[in-house]
Amino acid sequence: MARLISKETIAPAFTRYVVHVPEVARKHRAGQFVMVLLHDHGERIPLTIADSDAEEGTITLIVQEVGKTTMEMALLEPGAEIEVAGPLGTPTHVENWGTCVCVGGGAGIAPLLPIARAMKEAGNHVISILGGRTEELVILRPEMEAASHEMIYTTDDGSFGKKGFVTTALAELIEERGRPDVVIAIGPAIMMKAVSDMTRPLEIPTIVSLNSIMIDGTGMCGGCRITIGAETKFVCVDGPEFDGHAVDFDLLMKRQRMFVRQEEEARRRFEELHRCRAMESAEVK
Amino acid sequence: MGRDLKPAERLKIPRHPMPAQDPVVRRSNFNEVALGYTPEMAMEEAERCLQCKKPQCVEGCPVGIDIPAFIEAVADGEFLKALEIIKQKNTLPAICGRVCPQEDQCEQVCVVAKKHQPVAIGRLERFVADIELAGGEVSMPEPARPSGFKVAIVGSGPAGLACAAELARMGHQVTIFEALHKPGGVLVYGIPEFRLPKDIVQYEIDNLKKMGVEVRCNFVVGKTASVKELMEEWGYDAVFIGTGAGLPYFMGIPGENFIGVYSANEFLTRVNLMKAFAFPEYDTPVALGNRVAVVGSGNVAMDCLRTALRLGSEHVVCLYRRTRAESPARLEELEHAEEEGVDFRWLTSPVEILGNDDGVVTGVRVIKMELGEPDSSGRRRPIPIEGSEYEIEVDTVVMAIGQGPNPLVTQTTEGLELNRWGNIVVDETTMMTSIPGVFAGGDIVTGAATVILAMGAGKTAAVGIDGYLRQTAGQPRATAAATA
Repeated sequence: MARLISKETIAPAFTRYVVHVPEVARKHRAGQFVMVLLHDHGERIPLTIADSDAEEGTITLIVQEVGKTTMEMALLEPGAEIEVAGPLGTPTHVENWGTCVCVGGGAGIAPLLPIARAMKEAGNHVISILGGRTEELVILRPEMEAASHEMIYTTDDGSFGKKGFVTTALAELIEERGRPDVVIAIGPAIMMKAVSDMTRPLEIPTIVSLNSIMIDGTGMCGGCRITIGAETKFVCVDGPEFDGHAVDFDLLMKRQRMFVRQEEEARRRFEELHRCRAMESAEVK
Repeated sequence: MGRDLKPAERLKIPRHPMPAQDPVVRRSNFNEVALGYTPEMAMEEAERCLQCKKPQCVEGCPVGIDIPAFIEAVADGEFLKALEIIKQKNTLPAICGRVCPQEDQCEQVCVVAKKHQPVAIGRLERFVADIELAGGEVSMPEPARPSGFKVAIVGSGPAGLACAAELARMGHQVTIFEALHKPGGVLVYGIPEFRLPKDIVQYEIDNLKKMGVEVRCNFVVGKTASVKELMEEWGYDAVFIGTGAGLPYFMGIPGENFIGVYSANEFLTRVNLMKAFAFPEYDTPVALGNRVAVVGSGNVAMDCLRTALRLGSEHVVCLYRRTRAESPARLEELEHAEEEGVDFRWLTSPVEILGNDDGVVTGVRVIKMELGEPDSSGRRRPIPIEGSEYEIEVDTVVMAIGQGPNPLVTQTTEGLELNRWGNIVVDETTMMTSIPGVFAGGDIVTGAATVILAMGAGKTAAVGIDGYLRQTAGQPRATAAATA
């Protein structure tokens, strides 16, 4: 069993967890993920490893509370024991491309961090473009700044950085500075699709990291399968990173909604249960 | 003592049918279908055995259980003695008594079967194992003196469990590494509760732990540590790879990635391992429509069909390109599925899965087949009948057309010889692979087969490992490191 060492809210509905799981920490490389199960009645969910410390035997997970399991995870207290298996997936292919643009949107900034760091260490000139709906949702800014040479921020409402989407900022960057050698884009599927559509005619190699529904994370169930070019691939073992120009994003977005009705039901039940508990404890007081 | 009967009298006793839940009732619950013999039934069934001088049944058993001896003990009412005889060869009788294809093994060659129905060997095995389970009094084989050697078992399915049990008995220190959060492999994620209750699997694994076997879950060999690291850094003197056939096959037809298409592995894992049948009490969902098509007709397909019925689907269709006679499923499973109301469409193969604009399955287009000349498997080759295509309206499709070897361990183990299907090549007597000290057995070697064949391979490998450790390896790594 893995033990939760600490947790910290880093933005609204974003929590940073440090988990003691030495075997995973020792082997972790950028781009890899773990499967997490909170308890006997829980579901197994894939979470990208944002950071690791081999000496301390810990990994860092940055998780957005979007459904029942992630909301329940946010209620855990340090010392809690959870099931963690990994590190899974194929590590990022790191090389000195030259200029590397890292594009991160929302929760996608967390998996982007170790990749940006590895790319910088490999000698790339790293330019990061990070976006969110509002300023506080552009997470991990100090960490990303340390991992990059240049930063560009965007917000939907213009409250921070440039107004607009990360794709607008990427287009401007390419216009001003010319074609970068590689683009790494991680965020909502719609964002990765927009970035890939923009870089495809320019023939800029574009790497995306996909977030699919998984059960085992080891190639056994095939639930995470996705169409890459003409082939079916498993995100858990063949990915999670793929050539953005070959990914069928429309299919990915449809498959991500496979259990949307059940997910909503589970979240609604969980929220009701916790409202009741909160009321009960208020009455006791 | 059992009654003193003449052979002719024994042959007059009819084979006792297995008491089972009524099909109408059981198709809507997950409780075990077969209920097991009563002691009276078991003792009378045991009297049907002729106690042959040269018993064919023992030859037919992949692990060589002394079948006449255990059956005689049952006839005498000495059930625990019967179990002891079984356990000399088979460490997991409660499981094998349920899922072994006895009709193709011991019972197929039973001498009684020449003119009558064979002795119900499998049901008797299950009966004595269940007696022990109910009583809670467990007879554990006495382990040998500790050898000092450490052996890592990769995968906790039937091959790994059988190998672990034998090695522990031989005095070796055994650790089982399991990638999932629960041990048992296919016994837990694949075979449904109504065929093999999960507390029975847990019970057998607890017995192994009592023998000193350590079980480490959430440990993905190939990722968390490689086979080489297990030996060089973790101090294991030998490794047994029993990772099974965990890679789902798809047909490669259009529409297979639509929402509502599952591999059999995904469908069964959601329901069995993650208990999706109890959603939302359990967090993992399974989305299943009222009309379900399962492609394939093996035991896994039967499990999927019958699981779909139990989840409440009204119309469950089996699509198989050959006929009932060629179906690879056990006859008992096939009959159970028929009794429960599965709509079998023989000589029918899907050509396309149909979906709407949201990518959600709406149906399956199939083509009728006819049987031609025998192919390399000896079975008549199915040939599509031109112009015979039609559509079946379904909202869920489950692909149960087989599984291949999962490459997670094999691809991360340098120097491991594989065949062209990705299965591990082993020496058939010792089960050693191309790497000294690394052994393999079960589906990862043979391709998808049965629980008992995997267990047999695990046992053979244990003997091979024992020989390797005592003759070739010299002293245990741990000791060598301490003295160095």
